[in-house]
Amino acid sequence: MSWGFLRDLLTGVNKYSTGIGRIWVAVVFIFRLLVYIAVAENIWKYELDEFECNVKQPGCENVCFDHFFPVSHIRLWALQLIMVSTPSLLVVFHVAYRENREKHHNQKLYKSLGEIDGGLLCTYLISLVLKAGFEIVFLFLFYKLYNGFKVPRLVKCDIRPCPNTVDCYISKPTEKMIFIYFLVATSGLCIVLNLSELSYLIFKYSIKCYLKNYVKKHQ
Amino acid sequence: MDWGALHTILGGVNKHSTSIGKIWLTVLFIFRIMILVVAAERVWGDEQDDFVCNTLQPGCKNVCYDHFFPISHIRLWALQLIFVSTPALLVAMHVAYRRHEKKRQFRKGDQKCEYKDIEEIRKQRFHIEGALWWTYTSSIFFRLVFEAVFMYAFYFMYDGFRMPRLMKCNAWPCPNTVDCFVSRPTEKTVFTIFMIAVSSICILLNVAELCYLLTKFFLRRSKKAGNPKHHPNHENKEETKQNEMNELISDSCQNTVIGFSS
Repeated sequence: MSWGFLRDLLTGVNKYSTGIGRIWVAVVFIFRLLVYIAVAENIWKYELDEFECNVKQPGCENVCFDHFFPVSHIRLWALQLIMVSTPSLLVVFHVAYRENREKHHNQKLYKSLGEIDGGLLCTYLISLVLKAGFEIVFLFLFYKLYNGFKVPRLVKCDIRPCPNTVDCYISKPTEKMIFIYFLVATSGLCIVLNLSELSYLIFKYSIKCYLKNYVKKHQ
Repeated sequence: MDWGALHTILGGVNKHSTSIGKIWLTVLFIFRIMILVVAAERVWGDEQDDFVCNTLQPGCKNVCYDHFFPISHIRLWALQLIFVSTPALLVAMHVAYRRHEKKRQFRKGDQKCEYKDIEEIRKQRFHIEGALWWTYTSSIFFRLVFEAVFMYAFYFMYDGFRMPRLMKCNAWPCPNTVDCFVSRPTEKTVFTIFMIAVSSICILLNVAELCYLLTKFFLRRSKKAGNPKHHPNHENKEETKQNEMNELISDSCQNTVIGFSS
């Protein structure tokens, strides 16, 4: 059980997506998941070992690290990837529900199982709203937890058992900052894609509805 | 989920590429991604642990390492490979869009549609002409731009392609100037030069492909202007045969790559 599961999930979702949805899947796959696994994980791999404080007091480094990194950047990143990909499951479940219904009634109830209309449209729109929502929540969490997206070289720590104030040095702060900005940029791009898809679908189906009513009125 | 997934995604694009494009893809997977995963990651694996500074001052090593390596070579290469592979997706999306349109036509029962079933549409190989030519050419152009940008960023950040043995550091909190020693500098220099050489080969292949496509485009235009009633069937049959041969060659190459990566 690993990231391969997420990859399979996203591949499955791709079938029932619009064009913009497919671009979103490609962005998440390549610029977020692949970058996370192939590149980012290694930067944060030894973050605790390489976190160094200018003191010999045992326990001081552990306590300071825990204070400044309650949840590591890389873990937040992984959680964000998982939460953001999960709303797409709603669509997959709905399509499976439709398939089951057709099997149960033994007749063709829907024009096409994957066609985004009626109930599936609502599910799809909800999944888009949830995706964008999760992205924004995680970006806000990142910002609040770490006071911005910068990673400082030096943090001053004065928690027991550290004697007085102690200088602690974070490893690879510049590299970490570059990748955090990369994460923020790709999250922003995904939010834009989700919101455009939402507007596109709402616009498309309002026009459809309006035309239907117009044709009905004039018949 | 790893580089193998990228290989699967790009493998699909391979069918619709020119011969030079197929060579480029093979070079990318064997001489860049495979070397990165199998060799380079090991060489750079212990980089901060074995980066040693001649001082007992805590924090000095961290700060000096961060100062001299704002972003590690291995990470820059991985990003370069990801960015350089991505324009091929434009072609994949365009092909998928065309297939989708053809399937729609087929389902509507269009008389113009010449396919017998959906499977044929799925397996069909599109020739690089019309709008697909523009998408393909733009993807090569973007590839070139990304390669050039990353090579320049590399050169700019590390003042050339050599990895020095010794670096002198006086960033705070290091007391005065401190000698810091990089681990495995010669091995890192060798791999750096290798990766730069292969990047240059890829740039040359992309330039060659671009020239080939432009030449083909202008030749086709002059043919159309000179002979408005040309027979497409004969040309297509010969081209299809050549493409089938190219596919066989590239498929056998791909199987070797898959064998290595798994």
